[in-house]
Amino acid sequence: MSADVVVAGVGMHPWGKWGRNFVEYGVAAARVALADAGVAWRDVQLVSGADTMRNGYPGYVSGATFAQALGWTGARVASSYAACASGATALEVARAEILAGRCEVALVVGADTTPKGFLAPNAGDRPDDPDWLRFRLLGATNPTYFALYARRRMALYGATEEDFALVRAKNGRHGLDNPNARYRKAFTVEEILDSAMVADPLRLLEICATSDGGAAVVLTSADWAAKHGVAKPVAVRAVSTVTPAFPQTVIEMPNFSTDSGVAVPDAVMPFKSAIAHAAYEEAGIGPEDLSLAEVYDLSSALELDWYEDIGLCKAGEAERLLHDGDTTIGGRIPVNPSGGLACFGEAVPAQALAQVCEVVWQLRGQAGARQVEGATAGITANQGLFGHGSSVLLAI
Amino acid sequence: MGETASKLRVPAVEGWFTIDDNPALVGNRCTSCGTVFFPKASNFCRNPDCSGDAFEDTELSRSGRIWSFTDAQYQPPPPYIPHTDPYVPFALAAVELEAEQMVVLGQIADGFGVADLSVGAKVDLVIETLYSDDEKEYVVYRWKPAAAEVSS
Repeated sequence: MSADVVVAGVGMHPWGKWGRNFVEYGVAAARVALADAGVAWRDVQLVSGADTMRNGYPGYVSGATFAQALGWTGARVASSYAACASGATALEVARAEILAGRCEVALVVGADTTPKGFLAPNAGDRPDDPDWLRFRLLGATNPTYFALYARRRMALYGATEEDFALVRAKNGRHGLDNPNARYRKAFTVEEILDSAMVADPLRLLEICATSDGGAAVVLTSADWAAKHGVAKPVAVRAVSTVTPAFPQTVIEMPNFSTDSGVAVPDAVMPFKSAIAHAAYEEAGIGPEDLSLAEVYDLSSALELDWYEDIGLCKAGEAERLLHDGDTTIGGRIPVNPSGGLACFGEAVPAQALAQVCEVVWQLRGQAGARQVEGATAGITANQGLFGHGSSVLLAI
Repeated sequence: MGETASKLRVPAVEGWFTIDDNPALVGNRCTSCGTVFFPKASNFCRNPDCSGDAFEDTELSRSGRIWSFTDAQYQPPPPYIPHTDPYVPFALAAVELEAEQMVVLGQIADGFGVADLSVGAKVDLVIETLYSDDEKEYVVYRWKPAAAEVSS
């Protein structure tokens, strides 16, 4: 059933710090995706927007904002917010509408314009909002949480700062020729370790920046794609949007604490593992069948956690996978061939869609210098603030 | 710093901790299933198999062991209010409380950095000034390395 929806086209507006209105990036990406699919804007029956919280009201109703900018056609509309998972949630809304038979052609768009520096909470005193309180009471920025995971990995598995820098160096090489990447520069391990410490043990070059950017995906039913001669359709085999299971025993942004395990035994599976597991279950495709993965490297160290969470190796083996070159292009299972967040920076509502764009290009054999040879299946994985899982499994 | 001993000490957030001589975090416990919450839960228990809606306040363990730690080398953005000018980096730790089977994130006490911390090491709860204005000192809970407690 799940192969009944295909990606017909993808498009991006290059990531950067352009300082223009987010709508411009979204519309540009949408037009590229529509042209890529060979779909006319008037043929789109549903616009599904991934919202941005930092661009005023138009960002909260992004589906309508993009639809109006493209020119009202009467298409149906949805707008989704799920923090970093917004793109996947918007994609799932579109997929569900197609699977339900309510439409055949949907356009999914996410775009953002971001301020400089740390992502800070929205303005105004909100002493009952944990995202506001963690800044006020603890000065706990997003890198604080990334660093806690990194330091924990060092204590549990003997990971080193050099291992983390090696991840960053790999992604820098991967993204070198990616025309949509913001940072196209290769760094040596030494250069990375020389960059300023931000949140010990993570350094400036190892923590993803915030970026402007836009990404769009055209989804159609497989029947529609066949009927209209869509070239190289890529099947959406699964979308996972699961939540954590109680008690969640890993401290998660923006929380002050984990759930308590006194009354209920630990969850069978940690949240990040459950995200990918749900995608594998739906797709009937396992980690051993993957050609590549695009995971959310909010920090260099976090990419290593993802290797284990998406089942590329057992817990504690990620460093070996990295050192063996398995996750480098040309290796057994390249991870972040796009260059990942290290080369893009995060454009929140566009990022999960950008991951999908990369996998689609890889599966079509259109990824240029960063092509993973013979790619047939790829997974994306990320996690939105407060517990929004996000994983998309694509295959040809 | 121009601070005087007469400044009123008030919690930076109401009801999260006590500020007496033997301070403690104040969470609450579901009277139906016993799950502990910090910060306090209200209205509904978050255990998916529990329909409890009544809670009793409970003071959490005053000591725990470091689950992980880090620091903030750059001044965090507002609403964080720096206590000093120029900014002085501070450390943070996520601390496992054995009795509650939960991890609580907090800043590390003034004067200690990541070099003083290790995963598994014991820390104790203290109350320290987070920021101040002309009339008041706003205090917050922090974790202090237990070994240093002895030597200081």
